[in-house]
Amino acid sequence: MYRYDDFDYRFVRERVSQFRGQVERRLTGALNEEEFKPLRLMNGLYLQLHAYMLRVAIPYGTLSSRQMRQLAQIAEVYDRGYGHFTTRQNIQYNWPKLKDVPDILDMLADVEMHAIQTSGNCIRNVTADPYGGVAADEIADPRPTAELLRQWSSNHPEFSFLPRKFKVAVTGARADRAVIKFHDIGLRLFENASGQRGYEVWAGGGLGRTPMIAIKMRDFVPEAELLRYVEAIMRVYNAEGRRDNKYKARIKILVHEQGGEQFRALVEEEFYRIAGDEAAPVEKELRRIESFFQPPAHPDLPEDSHALAGAMLRHPEFARWARVNTRAHKAAGHVIAVISLKPTGGAPGDATADEMRSMADAADAFSLGELRVSAEQNIVLPYVRKDELFALWQALDAAGLGIANAEMISDVVACPGLDYCALATARSIPIAQEITERFAEPSLQEKIGPIRIKISGCINACGHHHVGDIGILGLEKTGAEAYQITLGGDPSETAAIGERSGPGFPADGVVDAIERLIHFYLGRRSDGETFKQTYHRLGHDLMKEALYAAH
Amino acid sequence: MPLIKDGRFTSDKWLRPAPDATLPWYGRLLLPLDRLLAEGPALDEAGHMLGVEIPNNVALETVEPWLRRLHLIAIAFPKAADGRGFTLAQRLRRLGYKGELRASGHVIPDQYALAISCGFDTVDISDALAERQPEAHWRNAQHAMTITYQTGSGNLRSILAARWAAKA
Repeated sequence: MYRYDDFDYRFVRERVSQFRGQVERRLTGALNEEEFKPLRLMNGLYLQLHAYMLRVAIPYGTLSSRQMRQLAQIAEVYDRGYGHFTTRQNIQYNWPKLKDVPDILDMLADVEMHAIQTSGNCIRNVTADPYGGVAADEIADPRPTAELLRQWSSNHPEFSFLPRKFKVAVTGARADRAVIKFHDIGLRLFENASGQRGYEVWAGGGLGRTPMIAIKMRDFVPEAELLRYVEAIMRVYNAEGRRDNKYKARIKILVHEQGGEQFRALVEEEFYRIAGDEAAPVEKELRRIESFFQPPAHPDLPEDSHALAGAMLRHPEFARWARVNTRAHKAAGHVIAVISLKPTGGAPGDATADEMRSMADAADAFSLGELRVSAEQNIVLPYVRKDELFALWQALDAAGLGIANAEMISDVVACPGLDYCALATARSIPIAQEITERFAEPSLQEKIGPIRIKISGCINACGHHHVGDIGILGLEKTGAEAYQITLGGDPSETAAIGERSGPGFPADGVVDAIERLIHFYLGRRSDGETFKQTYHRLGHDLMKEALYAAH
Repeated sequence: MPLIKDGRFTSDKWLRPAPDATLPWYGRLLLPLDRLLAEGPALDEAGHMLGVEIPNNVALETVEPWLRRLHLIAIAFPKAADGRGFTLAQRLRRLGYKGELRASGHVIPDQYALAISCGFDTVDISDALAERQPEAHWRNAQHAMTITYQTGSGNLRSILAARWAAKA
């Protein structure tokens, strides 16, 4: 994992004391609310429905057990004993007091963490493939690039007051688990034919009220040119992005209004203009950062573990978890294990302080003290030996964390919704809870197979409903909640925006509709087909009809 | 209207002549863009020192021919949250503009160091703003952060440069 040097420490400490001063000047009235708001947001502090909400960055989703324990401590001391992991590798505390926030930020700085730029119209927490460094399908670890961008974008003098928020994601694998085509900038790290490292660059993707798939900006930007190229995109956006209407201010609208060709040309022109700048030592810095991400010395293990096979035979419940919640690892005899934060009837992504500590303990015992946060709001243990998987599951299960549903129907992604959020128009958590209850039966879930259900409580789409196989959007219609369903969305390398199915459903009818659709799919699927494959084979109209079938 | 320079409030030496006022026969004149384009050549010829006030969305081609003759460019900040002025300053510096660059309007102390990093020299704020945010706030805010992750950025210490200097 990356470790702060003296400069990184000093930076976060200075930033905390700067914010302390800003809070004081707000309280004396020297800063008015309009002036204070962007400063507060840039330090992760939102004003929500009931209270302030503090969003803490977990850069590229990588977390040590020590950091996880500190998050637990903060939840206990300053919140109501829990935190909420988000789809963008952050954790949110829903009940901190304004006066406590600088102290919380100090506690974060103690463990090399911060809440810098988790909100506001600036470059947000840089996210990456949660399986970075360990996935079997990986070409190169995306995390050093994400760390470089985290540093470069922190307190950037030119890009701290952008037209709107700006999100960057990085992947270095064949499968896209970082959702790069729905980010303002998406980077795919790879090696070209001559063995040179660089990036395929995408820009202008996004969800929200106007979902758009990013356009490809460049097939290849060499590693050494990355910051310069990103700077060129940012400069064009900062100068040209719309500021007359906050709903048209994201870069996706600029790209759309200019057209891809024109936008690319503007960026190339800017890139050319800054070609003569004194170059930042990008490659040297990347090599320095990479030295923190060297793969650990794994014991030499055979690919297959007899111990694991035996335990799976003896313990069917464990066997199910092992089948559903593990992913292929680079190193022989290892797996990536997913800890689901989606218990039946629970709020997606929530974890209590005790659960956070249990996960930290599990990481220490079974995963070299390291954890990851995924876009599915789950926690990942990246370095688990197959012959220790059963012991891990026992430890997790004892803490109530052995839920076998990773990427299954009850692994629902949901925003906080009307229960917490000032923008929401409908509740999301109760719908998610009802889905986990309706499809709780593990054998039914395995039969249904992988499927993404994503719920947003308003058109801002924080629950990413546009990219769910089944997306649910909660709206308010004449005083009652109405839930609109989209089908066929896909956040991965085969990106697609879900298609709307028709009139919405009332809160007490939406899960029934989904159940009808699932039964229809189970009846019509061919052998081994996933929901996505059946959807594409049968087409939108047939699947949609099932939602509305006579009932 | 106080002018903030090197963390101090000072008074502005530039004259903003009213449209119908008689111009002094020499001195520093800060003109709106349209007036610069119309009268600038003659005033320049007559030996005036010229400055221009520009909006933050000005077309660069309009001011580019003037960059070597201008001594002051004041970029308007309509509100603190509108960051276009930072990018415009960077672009003007890259085009080779060497004169004074001023951020003019709604700028807050917390943006002072950022402005300097982007190439600004001075900040020009209203009396009302200066009353709410006195000189000490600007001086303190200027040093709230002493290091930066970017390179080539004002007078803050660059972390990247320092890291590599330490290893050289």
